[in-house]
Amino acid sequence: MARTEPTAVADRAEAGKDDLAGLEAGLDALETVQSGRTPFSRTFREKIFPPLVAIVVVLAVWQALVSFKIVDDPTKLPAPSAVWDEVQNAWLQGTLLEYIWTSVSRGLLGFLFALAIGTPLGLLVARVKFVRAAIGPILSGLQSLPSVAWVPPAVLWLGLNNSMMYAVILLGAVPSIANGLVSGVDQVPPLFLRAGRTLGATGVRGLWHIVLPAALPGYLAGLKQGWAFSWRSLMAAEIIASSPDLGIGLGQLLENGRNASSMPMVFLAILLILIVGIVIDLLIFSPLERRVLRGRGLLVKN
Amino acid sequence: MATTLAKAADSAAVADGQAARIEHVSKSFGTPAGPQLVLDDISLDVAPGEFVTLLGASGCGKSTLLNLVAGLDAPSAGSIATDGRPALMFQEHALFPWLTAGKNIELALKLRGVPKGDRRTRAQELLELVRLQDAYGKRVHELSGGMRQRVALARALAQDARLLLMDEPFAALDAITRDVLHGELTRIWAETNVSVLFVTHNVREAVRLAQRVVLLSSRPGRIAHEWTVDIPQPRRIEDSAVAELSVEITEQLRGEIRRHGKD
Repeated sequence: MARTEPTAVADRAEAGKDDLAGLEAGLDALETVQSGRTPFSRTFREKIFPPLVAIVVVLAVWQALVSFKIVDDPTKLPAPSAVWDEVQNAWLQGTLLEYIWTSVSRGLLGFLFALAIGTPLGLLVARVKFVRAAIGPILSGLQSLPSVAWVPPAVLWLGLNNSMMYAVILLGAVPSIANGLVSGVDQVPPLFLRAGRTLGATGVRGLWHIVLPAALPGYLAGLKQGWAFSWRSLMAAEIIASSPDLGIGLGQLLENGRNASSMPMVFLAILLILIVGIVIDLLIFSPLERRVLRGRGLLVKN
Repeated sequence: MATTLAKAADSAAVADGQAARIEHVSKSFGTPAGPQLVLDDISLDVAPGEFVTLLGASGCGKSTLLNLVAGLDAPSAGSIATDGRPALMFQEHALFPWLTAGKNIELALKLRGVPKGDRRTRAQELLELVRLQDAYGKRVHELSGGMRQRVALARALAQDARLLLMDEPFAALDAITRDVLHGELTRIWAETNVSVLFVTHNVREAVRLAQRVVLLSSRPGRIAHEWTVDIPQPRRIEDSAVAELSVEITEQLRGEIRRHGKD
């Protein structure tokens, strides 16, 4: 280490240096927060156990309604066992996974298209004033338009085929994804932009190194909502537009159940739609979001 | 930004061997009541390797002046020249939470064109300079307030600027930590020969750190007085010489503030 202090104060400087280093190490140790991962037993107790209880309670109430003949009409409320039989049947026929895969593959592919369109669109709206003034309000407005409204025009434009499904997904999900990115960019603290500029991150480099990473949490929230909208739009499209050449997805399954007046099949379809939506969120979006938020210290632990 | 680039370009031409040369700078902001003069005819040089503190009460435009020198804003009149683009440190650490401490420093290195292979070593050296050799992989939220400001200092130093601008960087810290950071800053300043223009409203802090203390009056900000501090470093904030000069400067500062009560 270079020592440049004048000799007159060298002693004090020397003493001061060691003193300072020690003091600093002490302060650092005192003020550093220890953060570790929560043990699994606690995660189980606090995060996994409560929803399990809720599910058991719902099943118990459902069974009770049927057993005590409070609702004594299997065409209105089938017994849980009847729905379970339906699951087993579909499983044994090998169609259960087919139903799920038909819808999930459509949903995810449609979502990826929506991602590819919504991201540059959001960036454009966020960064170009004219574009924002021109289509910003429409984009927010589109979010509140139920995507089922797009099904009739999509059928007329594209016919009863997969492209029509994708069109409905896009119209449902693109506004959410774009708006998520816009609000993410809007909420970037001005301090980061100033800091970035003094470091020399201007123009495209500023966008890449500062604005986009800073906007990531908002963008992820938009993606999460975008997926929810994709899934809903797809179900609407599948229920309304069923055609033999389209293959049976969960929406068609629901519609078939209605046509056959088979309440167990309707219940099965609804449960599967719900479960798939939740599972995709739990497997993909929630971990992604948690990871980003935890890395930034934004995940509050009690 | 176009203005920043333009400023950086002509500053090299007129800095004249100074780390910063501020000549007859005025700045006014438009308000509903008409333009308001914030800085009035400020002229100030910072010599290479010099440590200058700008001292003033609220409304003296000291942060505005720093923004002008940093090139984040343009003066209404006068000219500002700096020897290269200055580094800037804020009251808030302004570290990017999506990067680790080390990567924050590496980003500064990258943006100034340091080749990839050298960045990691250089970042580690800078962390050692601020005595945080173990903090490379730490996330910002895992660091204490004082550690964050030290990483921010290391990041500012990573720009390898000739001039370091500091906008009340220790104001939000507790007294003990601030005291320690005063010591660190003095040491690092001596080791790196960087020029420092340090803004504060804390008289003792100004005297503790600086070779020269410049007092700004408020509304509009003008240079009211200047003191050369020849107390040898390392000083301590409780040194009697520091206290004596602080009393004198505080009297002047209070005088400046009192004037506003009268009109």
